[in-house]
Amino acid sequence: MPVSLLWAVDVFGRVYSLSTAGQLWEQCRDAQMEFKRVTAAQQCCWGIACDNSIYLNVHASDLPVRHQEDAYENQRWNPVGGFSDRLLPSDRWQWSDVTGLQHQLLDGVQLPSSSWEWEGDWYVDENFEGDPTEKGGWTYAMDFPATYTKDKKWNSCVRRRRWLRYRRYKAMDTWAKIPSQQTTLPDPFSDISCGGWEINEEPRGRLSLWAVSLQGKVWFREGICHHNPEGSSWEEVDVPGEVVQISCGPGDLVWAVLWEGQLIVREGVSRDCPKGTSWAVVESPNPEVGATHIAVGVNVAWAVTKDNKVWFRRGVNSHNPRGSGWISMVGEMIMINIGLNDQVWAIGCEDRAVYFRQGVTSSELSGKTWKAISVPRDGERSHSSASANSIQSAGCFFFGEVRDQSGGSDVESDVEKGSADGAFGLMAAPESSADAATNPSSDPPVEAPKPRIPKVTSDSFISELVSDQEPGKTSRDVGSAGPAVLEEEEAVSGEGDVKIPSAGAGRSPSQRAGAPDLQWSNVDLEEMQARHVQPAAGQDASDSCSLSSVATYTLAMEDPYGADEHPLWAWVSGGGCSVDSHTQLNWFICPLNTSSLHQSVQSLSLSMTPTQTAAWRKQIFEQLSERSKRELDNFKHYEQAVEQSVWVKKGAMQWWRDWKPHKWADVHFALEQFSGPEGYKDGILFIYYSHHEEKKYLHAFINEVTILVPVLNDSKHTFAIYTPERTKQRWPFRLAAATELEMHDWLALLSASCCDARGIHGPPTKQAIWSITCKGDIFVSEPAPALEAAPYPTPCDQMFWRQVGGHLRLVECNSLGIAWGIGYDHTAWLYTGGYGGGFFQGLSSSTDNIYTQTDVKSVYIYENQRWNPVTGYTSRGLPTDRFMWSDASGLHERTKTSAKPPSTQWTWVSDWAVDYSVSGGADKEGWQYAADFPASYHSYKTMKDFVRRRRWARKCKLTTTGPWQEIPPIPLSDVTILPCPSNSSVDTVPVWAISSKGDVLCRLGVTTLTPAGSSWLHVGTDQPFKSISIGAAGQVWAVARDGSAFYRGSVSAQNPAGDCWYHIPSPAKQKLKQVCVGRTSIYSVDENGNLWYRQGVAPSYPQGSSWEHISNNVRKVSVGPLDQVWIIADKVQGSHSLSCGTVCHRLGVHPFEPKGQSWDYGIGGGWEHITVRGNSMEPPRVFLP
Amino acid sequence: MADDKDVLRDVWFGRIPTCFTLNPDEITEREAEPYYLLLPRVSYLPLVTDKVKKHFHKVMKAEDVEEMWFEYEGTPLKWHYPIGVLFDLHASNTVLPWSITVHFKSFPDRDLLHCPSNSIIEAHFMSSIKEADALKHKSQVVNDMQKKDHKQLWMGLQNDKFDQFWAMNRKLMEYPTEEGGFRYIPFRIYQALSERLFIQKLFRPVSPEGNTHTLGDLLKEMYPDALTNDGEQKRYQVLIHGIEPLLETPLQWLSEHLSHPDNFLHICAIPVPTD
Repeated sequence: MPVSLLWAVDVFGRVYSLSTAGQLWEQCRDAQMEFKRVTAAQQCCWGIACDNSIYLNVHASDLPVRHQEDAYENQRWNPVGGFSDRLLPSDRWQWSDVTGLQHQLLDGVQLPSSSWEWEGDWYVDENFEGDPTEKGGWTYAMDFPATYTKDKKWNSCVRRRRWLRYRRYKAMDTWAKIPSQQTTLPDPFSDISCGGWEINEEPRGRLSLWAVSLQGKVWFREGICHHNPEGSSWEEVDVPGEVVQISCGPGDLVWAVLWEGQLIVREGVSRDCPKGTSWAVVESPNPEVGATHIAVGVNVAWAVTKDNKVWFRRGVNSHNPRGSGWISMVGEMIMINIGLNDQVWAIGCEDRAVYFRQGVTSSELSGKTWKAISVPRDGERSHSSASANSIQSAGCFFFGEVRDQSGGSDVESDVEKGSADGAFGLMAAPESSADAATNPSSDPPVEAPKPRIPKVTSDSFISELVSDQEPGKTSRDVGSAGPAVLEEEEAVSGEGDVKIPSAGAGRSPSQRAGAPDLQWSNVDLEEMQARHVQPAAGQDASDSCSLSSVATYTLAMEDPYGADEHPLWAWVSGGGCSVDSHTQLNWFICPLNTSSLHQSVQSLSLSMTPTQTAAWRKQIFEQLSERSKRELDNFKHYEQAVEQSVWVKKGAMQWWRDWKPHKWADVHFALEQFSGPEGYKDGILFIYYSHHEEKKYLHAFINEVTILVPVLNDSKHTFAIYTPERTKQRWPFRLAAATELEMHDWLALLSASCCDARGIHGPPTKQAIWSITCKGDIFVSEPAPALEAAPYPTPCDQMFWRQVGGHLRLVECNSLGIAWGIGYDHTAWLYTGGYGGGFFQGLSSSTDNIYTQTDVKSVYIYENQRWNPVTGYTSRGLPTDRFMWSDASGLHERTKTSAKPPSTQWTWVSDWAVDYSVSGGADKEGWQYAADFPASYHSYKTMKDFVRRRRWARKCKLTTTGPWQEIPPIPLSDVTILPCPSNSSVDTVPVWAISSKGDVLCRLGVTTLTPAGSSWLHVGTDQPFKSISIGAAGQVWAVARDGSAFYRGSVSAQNPAGDCWYHIPSPAKQKLKQVCVGRTSIYSVDENGNLWYRQGVAPSYPQGSSWEHISNNVRKVSVGPLDQVWIIADKVQGSHSLSCGTVCHRLGVHPFEPKGQSWDYGIGGGWEHITVRGNSMEPPRVFLP
Repeated sequence: MADDKDVLRDVWFGRIPTCFTLNPDEITEREAEPYYLLLPRVSYLPLVTDKVKKHFHKVMKAEDVEEMWFEYEGTPLKWHYPIGVLFDLHASNTVLPWSITVHFKSFPDRDLLHCPSNSIIEAHFMSSIKEADALKHKSQVVNDMQKKDHKQLWMGLQNDKFDQFWAMNRKLMEYPTEEGGFRYIPFRIYQALSERLFIQKLFRPVSPEGNTHTLGDLLKEMYPDALTNDGEQKRYQVLIHGIEPLLETPLQWLSEHLSHPDNFLHICAIPVPTD
């Protein structure tokens, strides 16, 4: 599970976060002021601070937030001076944007806010559509506007070039104020909620941010995305009443609460219209008691009414955002928040603890029970010495008020509207100066000026509350020290009085004097602080000249943090907290002992596990080996008491018949295991079948089996068994077990038996060859020393492969034992050094180093329609047409109900949704048009288009275990690790990667002890990349998304990221797909399956000179540290069948013949990936006579 | 890096070289040669001594043969203790091979249980497993197993099939991760110098405060004499499978890795040899 954060604000306005891997609320120290509310997404957290401004905290990531600004320089040719900046009067600006319509001076491009900085100066873009240009980046055309080419022709009258400059968002991991561009900024904000990231993934990092102002208006923040985390502007959204609180789910749900206690639901929220179109009203769950709070997720809505009752809304989803009915839930809460996966977080009404709803699953969205999170805070400044009683009264009292006062709210807010704007500016300044003046001895106040603005939606009764308390009686006595201060404060509090018509005048000065620093807060704070301050003031008269919060803090600091202390929370946001009902959280028991701390440390560190090295364990290992020496070594000639015998396991299975017609036949399956002398083990497999009433059998010796592969089949639990002979035939034994469990039992047993027979135990060696099937299963093979021998290498159909737990799309390794994997969901995984996991249990699996691994992928179906003149596009096709709901080929019917996850290990985790990211593009509803099925599709309708289709996607998830640990947080699409000679000593190992968005990354701090490394270094590129490979001597090659290759210059240990990219043209008319660099050889695969070798690479000219064609039908290539070449071939013909996705080995590769001569065919089909970059074993030298 | 799985293997394949000699009082037709055998530490004497029985029967008349029993330096060996426990308790720190005297008459009914057939051993073994699972999982795991699964455990032991045994036994070693261990640790502490059979009480792997209990914690509570106080000469060796784990070894780990096939952690406290 990736580590993610739960955010919360306590009643004192301090912001804390709790990591899913941690057991401590960590205070957000850089928060310069108190916060009222926070709303989190995975990449950032938004908050409203006490100044009612909105602040943004973007989580630092190794991927910088960069934005490319560009401008075009335009020139026209004239006969006298050639090209010059003198343009015709009818021409565009000399400096313009890409369209030429906007004047764009380089100096005119400003940073959007103080949170940004320039990365460098303007420079000319020398590349044009993936090719380098010659003369300063100029592109030529006949006239503006026209098609530009990089070649200057006789009729090129105009030219232009692009200037680029990058700006970078610098306010990472800190609360940065969102600047208010508008002069007529909405009145102060009182509530905020972000979400909507699931409705549209483009542009990347897009968020919907909704805010509520004190006047009850609703605002929508436009333009938030990864490159523009702050968004661009506020847009008001009309509302049918005064809104007090709003909630936006990760999908298209947006609900809000009105002052009157009804709820409104936003309708028409969609991919193209994240703001929605209209509101619909939903009545409060209880007609007598209005709602005060709402929280929505993807498919749920939870509400709290004024009596603190919790309600769950049934039947909420995108099609029916209003849901169907309320269900009363157990528990009394003051607020609720829905996080990711519809998980529910709440703050208890009585104890103000943060609660987690346990047992929330997609099938049981309402969950089972509330469980309080009880982890300590890192608070050296903890206040909460309050007794449970006062806590209780705080909560109840407050809400009692709300109930009583709800009728009078209009009056109050009206008054407030009048006073609020004027009040802020006035109040802030004098007060802070007063503080500074009168409080020289105390700690410098960490808080920025905090105007007192009591109305915070539901907090709007603070004033009454506080006035009822009359806390000033004591503090007023001690407040006599500075008359000047009092005067100031009286002036200020005069303002306050305007807002609170019902409050007595006596309240304000005392309140001011009593707790001048506590002006703003959630209601609880006011009350709590007031209570705190009274005894404090009584006891400590010396501090009384200014009873600032600093003084209060001092008091609290004397009171050391106790285990029974109880933090009081005001707000929680789980929008960035990725947990689900299976997640193991350590938040519910206090870490009182070192061993559990140990565990949390262990789960964090990706390298050595401390228990592995514990002294007691070492002692046991040592003593056991001493014991065998003592008790066995001299007595080996003694007879064994128990003779070894044959052990047979039998079962019923189905077998895919070898002869035609092929079909599944019921067979008996048996494994006979026996131990030979000297403990050597072997076994025989039998398949007993009947043919024409005759009983027959097939058999295979266990020591001949080369692999046991689970096979993808959506209805049967099937696996295949290969021997070298069966590999040559491309026709394995295919067997199906009755249940998944049975298949896994057999696979585990057979695998253990095969490993025993070959004497293979424990984890794969550092030299191991890794491969992955299309099912995501991971296999390793121990290379024989003669595997790369010339001229007689070990045939690769004899290689023995065993499975390792986990699910990956690709894996890369090197000979130092460092291996990284990438899942289908682009998660990066580190190999932990273990073995087993998955269905390998007990002895075939290591106990440590096995972790839960998840992967997510999408299942696609197509909706097909044909146009007819009467009704337009309908789902009525011609009789000859494909199914109206089909797979990609159109040959098989796949409806939303009939489509299944790839296998029983996968479960659906989302609903069907239109997929807009199809290749070729799609229109606003996701349709792609074509003249007829099957054809090439385009994203717009033309006259000739009679059919259209759109792709629907549904996500499914697999949970398994394996020796893999996640490397958060950046999702990757490719990774490469420096291949090393076997006995090399490299301190830090270069690791490069491509993020799923195409950024090039360089991993720092990777060593054999810390194979996960420490951080990413972002390597700038002008376009997204898709493949990368590092070879010996720091040769880094990459392929951009446009299919061209790049060489990275000057990569060395001192300069791990190199300095610049050299463009390498791709082979003529081919777009490259993948590149792999070995010791000296560079190979590349293009999109048409051609394998290319880079000619002319020399130390002095590392870019080489040209691409030479080697082979076709290649899917993937892996070049190892010995320059050995292995590929996944597309089609390989065997004696019985043809296999796609086959591992092949290049024969005849030699330092003087790096291209090799021919292919040797190994295991397949269904293979997707192989890496031989760990195998640095030099073959034994053979001298031919 | 050595793996915990190797510990299971080492434990299972622990062997004690043994020399069986016939009690000189037995009536024989000719002189009985001693018989040498590697005894599995985790097994039971009657289960692995068929060869011994056959060997000595050859030199004896059938009418002189009664139930076979074993004795070491005057102590009758209880067959229902695992062989490794018998050795650690009575013969550790002696010269190997272990010299056991074989008797065919005067069965010491006061000291030993009769063992007419292997089914008695099986019953004893299975009842130990069930007792252990009652402690570990309120018997849930063992009750969920089928008859054939029980048989697999027993056959695994009887035929010395490590894989066969552990394929099933791993289920008995599972526990919910959130609980950090078994309910109670099935253990027995044997004292070499005591008439008491053994100590067996309820003891949890994790303290109520969430601390991991160690071997030291267990001994402190059950048999404090076995611990060495500061400044004191070490008096007792605490042996499990013939080795002395450190006192800070977590009990749960010991129970998972150093238990005998009967799922009990057999701990022997023997006096430190004075030589």
